[in-house]
Order: sequence, then C-alpha cells, then structure tokens
Amino acid sequence: MALLKVKFDLKKRVKLAQMLWLMYWFSIMAGVLVLSLGLFFKIELRKRSELMDNNESHFVPNLLIGVGLLACGINAFGGKICYDSLDSSKFAKWKTVMKPFLICCVLFNALLFFSALLCFTMRIPLQFTLAEGLKNGMKYYKDTDVPGRCYMKRTLDLMQMEFRCCGNNNYKDWFEIQWVSNRYLDFSSKEVKDRISSNVDGQYLLDGVPFSCCNPSSPRPCIQHQVTNNSAHYSYEHQTEDLNIWKRGCREALVSYYGGLMNTIGVLVLLVTILEVAVMVGLQYVNTSLSTLVNPEDPESESEGWILEKTVKETFTDIMAKMKAMGKGNQVEEGADEQAVATVS
Amino acid sequence: MSVLKLKFSFQRRVRLAQGLWLLSWMAMVSGAITVAMGVFLKTELFRRAEVMHNNDIHIVPNLLMAVGLASVGINICAGKVCQDSLDASRFPRWKNLLTPFFCVSIFFTSLLLVAMILSYALQPSLEESLKVGLKNGIRFYKDTDTPGRCFQKETIDRLQVEFQCCGNTNYRDWFEVQWINNRYLDFTSKEVKDRVKSNVDGRYLLDGVPFSCCNPASPRPCIQYQLLDNAAHYNYEYQSEELNLYSRGCRQALVNYYMGLMNTIGPGVMSVFLIQMTVLFSLRFLQTSMQAVEGQENVEIETEGYILEKGVKETVKELQEKIMIFFQQVQVDVAPPETEAAAEEAAPEKEATPAS
Repeated sequence: MALLKVKFDLKKRVKLAQMLWLMYWFSIMAGVLVLSLGLFFKIELRKRSELMDNNESHFVPNLLIGVGLLACGINAFGGKICYDSLDSSKFAKWKTVMKPFLICCVLFNALLFFSALLCFTMRIPLQFTLAEGLKNGMKYYKDTDVPGRCYMKRTLDLMQMEFRCCGNNNYKDWFEIQWVSNRYLDFSSKEVKDRISSNVDGQYLLDGVPFSCCNPSSPRPCIQHQVTNNSAHYSYEHQTEDLNIWKRGCREALVSYYGGLMNTIGVLVLLVTILEVAVMVGLQYVNTSLSTLVNPEDPESESEGWILEKTVKETFTDIMAKMKAMGKGNQVEEGADEQAVATVS
Repeated sequence: MSVLKLKFSFQRRVRLAQGLWLLSWMAMVSGAITVAMGVFLKTELFRRAEVMHNNDIHIVPNLLMAVGLASVGINICAGKVCQDSLDASRFPRWKNLLTPFFCVSIFFTSLLLVAMILSYALQPSLEESLKVGLKNGIRFYKDTDTPGRCFQKETIDRLQVEFQCCGNTNYRDWFEVQWINNRYLDFTSKEVKDRVKSNVDGRYLLDGVPFSCCNPASPRPCIQYQLLDNAAHYNYEYQSEELNLYSRGCRQALVNYYMGLMNTIGPGVMSVFLIQMTVLFSLRFLQTSMQAVEGQENVEIETEGYILEKGVKETVKELQEKIMIFFQQVQVDVAPPETEAAAEEAAPEKEATPAS
C-alpha cells in the first residue's frame, strides 16, 4: 500500500509543477539566506577571535556556508526539473536522474537538520573556548609593548564597554592578575615594592579594575581603584554598591550574545529545512504522477502520485534487504578475487 | 518663440506617456526614500536633543519629510495623468487641473533644493546649539539627584564613549566645572575644604576628567586625576601624552557626525530633485503635445510639445502683469464695503434733518 496516495489529472499536475517551481525559487532565496547567516556568524566570531581559545567554533558557520551553497545548487536543479515536467517529452530525460536526485535531497535535508541542531548545541563548547580565551586575554592585557599582544588591552576595553561586562566571571577577576605593565610602575616606590614582595609570583596585584568596567548609569564618579576598601572613599560601601562597575562577567555576556544569535539562526535553518522537505515531497509527487500515467501516450490521462510506493515499514525492510544483498555481493566478489589469486600462485 | 519645442508623432506620445508612467513610479519611491531620510535625520537629532540648545536644525528633516510626502502625492497624480493621456477622451478632464498642479509641484520640488542649501547654511547654527547644549550638559553632569537632570551624567558619558570625544572643545573643559556631586565629597577632609575655599564660587574644581574620556587605544592604564601633575604619575608627561584621553571635543565630533550625515543625504536629495524635475518637464511636454489633439477626430496626428509657450522673458512679463491685475482686483474688492459703511453712517443724519 502506497503512502499518501493522491489522484492527479493534467490540470492538477500542471498546477503542482507550477507551484513547485515557484517554491524552488523561494528555496534558492532560502539557500542564499542560510549562506548569508553563515557568513554573518563567521564575521561575528572573527571579530572576537582574539578572545577565543580555538577555531572549532568556526565549524558551524563553515557548515552553514556550505549548506547554503548546496541549497542554491540543488534547488536550481530541482527548479529546472519542475519546469521541464510541464512537458512530458522533456521530462523523460530526467527519469533516470530523479531517484538519485531525491536521495541526495533526503541526505541534504538531514544535513540541514543537523546544522540546525548544531546551532542550538554550540553554546556549550563556546562557553569553554570563551572562558579560556578571556582568561588569556586578561593575562596579556598589560603587554602593550609585546609584539602580537599590543592590541589586547584595546580589544578588552572595547569589549567591556560594548558588552557592558567586567572580567571573565565578574570584576573580581581583575584582582587576581597584574594588569598594569611594569613599564608604568615605579619600582623605587615603597608601595609598589611592598605589593610585589607580598605576592608569591612577584606580581603587582591591586583591588582595582580598568576604566572600561565603569558603568555610566552610576550616579557617582567611577571608583576604579581600592574598590573593596570602603574607608578609601566617602559614603561608599562596596557590598551594596550595584551601579559603580559592571557586575556581569564577559563570558556570560558573550555567551548570551552568541547564544541568542545561534538560536535565531537555528530557528531560521529549521524553517528552511521544512521548506526543503515540502519541496522534496512535491517533487516526489510530480515524479510518481508522471511515471504512473494510465495512458503514457496521452499526457492528459489521469495518474497517481505518492510519497513512498509501500508503507514506511516495508520500505525500510526493502532498503535493509538491498543493503544486505550489496554486502553479500561484495563478499562474493572478494571470495572470487582470493580464489583467482590462489590459482595464479 | 516657444522654449524647447519638440515634434511628437502618435507613437512618440505613447512612448513618452509610458516612459513617464514608469518614471513617476520611480519618483514616488524616491519620494518615500526622502521621507525615510528625513525621519532618520530627525531621529538622530532627537537622540542628542539633551545636548542641543535649540531646534533650528530640525527644519531640514521637517522639510525633507514634507517634501517627500508631497512628492509621493505628486507622482501618484502624475502617474494617473500618464495613464489617462493614452486615451484622448479621458485626458481633457485634467486640462484645468494641470496648471495649478505644475505650480504646486514646482514649489515642492524647489523646497528640496532649499532643504539641501539649509543643511549646509545651518552648520554654524548647529555648532552654536551644540556649544551651548554641551556647556549646559557638562555643567549639570553632577546633578544626578536633581529631577529632570538625573540622566545627564549617563547621557554625557555615553556620548563621550560613543563619539570618542572629551569635553565641549577639549578635555580641559572639565577642569572649569565641578563635575562631582557634593553628596560624594567629604567636607570634613582638609583637601576638599582647601579646594572649595581656593575657588571664588565655592566649587570643587580638579584637574581630572570622567572615566568616559579615557581612550582604550592608550597603552597605559587610564590617568583621570591630577592630569596636569607630572610628578603624581610615574613615567608621565602630560604635554606629550596624546593617547591617554580623547583629544577631540564633543562639539567637533557631533558637528562632524551630523555634517557627514547631511553630506550623505545631500546627493540623495539632489538625485530626487533631478528625477522630480525630469518628471515635471516630461509631463509638461505630454500636456502640451496632447492639447493639440483635443477636438481632433484623428488622434494619431503629429503635434508639438514645449516647456513654455513664449520665451522666458515674455513669460515672466506676463506673470508679473497677471499678478498686478490680481492685486488690483483684490484692492477693488476691498473698497466697496468701505463706501457702503460710509453711506450707512450718513443715512441717519439725513433722516434726522426733517424731524428738526
């Protein structure tokens, strides 16, 4: 018993082919959209590449770019088939190509769905890569005179201002590293000497943050230094002070930003997948309805179209049987080869 | 002698009408773009309204929006005229409307040029408005607990960060105002007392700037306080230090931004003006070439189209005469009520005479 069998007359077939041709054009546009999303996402990741520990995160945008290009090609090809299906004499040349093409479409749709899933699950690895990248970025913040790291300070400052965040997890991360270059420290000063000698690694640590951590919404001028020392500032209590500096860590801010971006892309890719599946189903109907004409000589005769010739269970059993047969065929061929070798020797 | 006289065959008239119909649609879209440009410019000006003293510059986006909307209307009308001109029986109904239509169209189209000229002419006004607005903004920076001014600090900070600028003219403007609220000053401290006493107005002035003046491109952590005291910081010389703070003033930054915007919008407006003028010229050719067909049995005859029936000089003279006559008529119309009133005043006196 065929799955979702529908009767078609010429009028219905023509209408289906025309509708499908239009949908294929929409699908090409959708392919361009997926490609654009991939490019946009890649650019956004590149913008923050200095704060990311590895390039694995580029797999998703690369996949989206590939899938987008593939979608354009497949849909252009499908559109041509639909256009030719309006003329049964022209359609005959596509008959041999149809089955492999539809199999390609199924695989392509699976790939699209996989891309959408990856978009939703990429948040987790991104969190780790950002954690490590930001940690290194903060470590190199002071190295403004070291080639290759001289723009790290600027990058971090601009990022903290743009994303309204401070530190990796929070502003206290700045207390654990030396973020002032030795070049700007007076080593003859007692205060500097004491700070360095009181630290195991000989680092100059202080309870201060860079200016980019300051929150413009604060009603008072920004307190950046001696942040945890209440007596150093008038009418100040660091435990209750909420607006002075950004409370949110940059990892959380960036993960939220990229996560939101990927969720949006994921939803759009899922919608494109649905469109692609609809188009593929339509093409299968066109293919089967043109293959089962009551009178092949008369293109105006009635026909039947379906998605699967048998039920899902039977089709699955068929595929398994074919695969087993293929496997056996390979074994037989291998056996024959071995015998031939033995004979020769 | 007519200005720009052209001969039109039936085929050429049809082609002109079709081309003009397409062009009027293009002009309609460009009118919509003009509205959008006006709205965008107005929004951008509104965003910085807190640091502007007056709204003179708003005339430019207002004009753009008005002219854009008028352009959409004009071009819809022009499109309809073009459609009707293909049918000689339907075209005569436009005969009386086209002359006023041209006057209105030319008026609004010339306003596009006015808007463009004003966008450049009002630059000094914009600069002055920003100068006063920023001066007040910096003065009220500290008033975070004063209703109506509580967001001034945030506005100025965000402005300085976004436009990478500091102060009104430069960072030294911050040295001339008290930008720290008294609420956060310890008046029992000797340092605070001395600073306040040393100033005539009893203000707490210091050679420091808000954090938003700090330049992220600087290789060293930002120095915000004691900016003029080289001894207060190690390896520091304020005369040669260029990257620590933004050196550009916010007035200059904002003027550059808005003038850049207007310089971008300017060529767009100019293109719209040219399209609109093309539509009007073509429509005039269509009108004059179709007038000759009126009342003819054979509508496929060759006709002449022109922009002005007589020379420019003669047309101007005629217009002046018409205006003079119009004003004379107005004066004549105004006079009769006065004579009637005089007659009414005289009447009771005449009646009173026999009674005596």
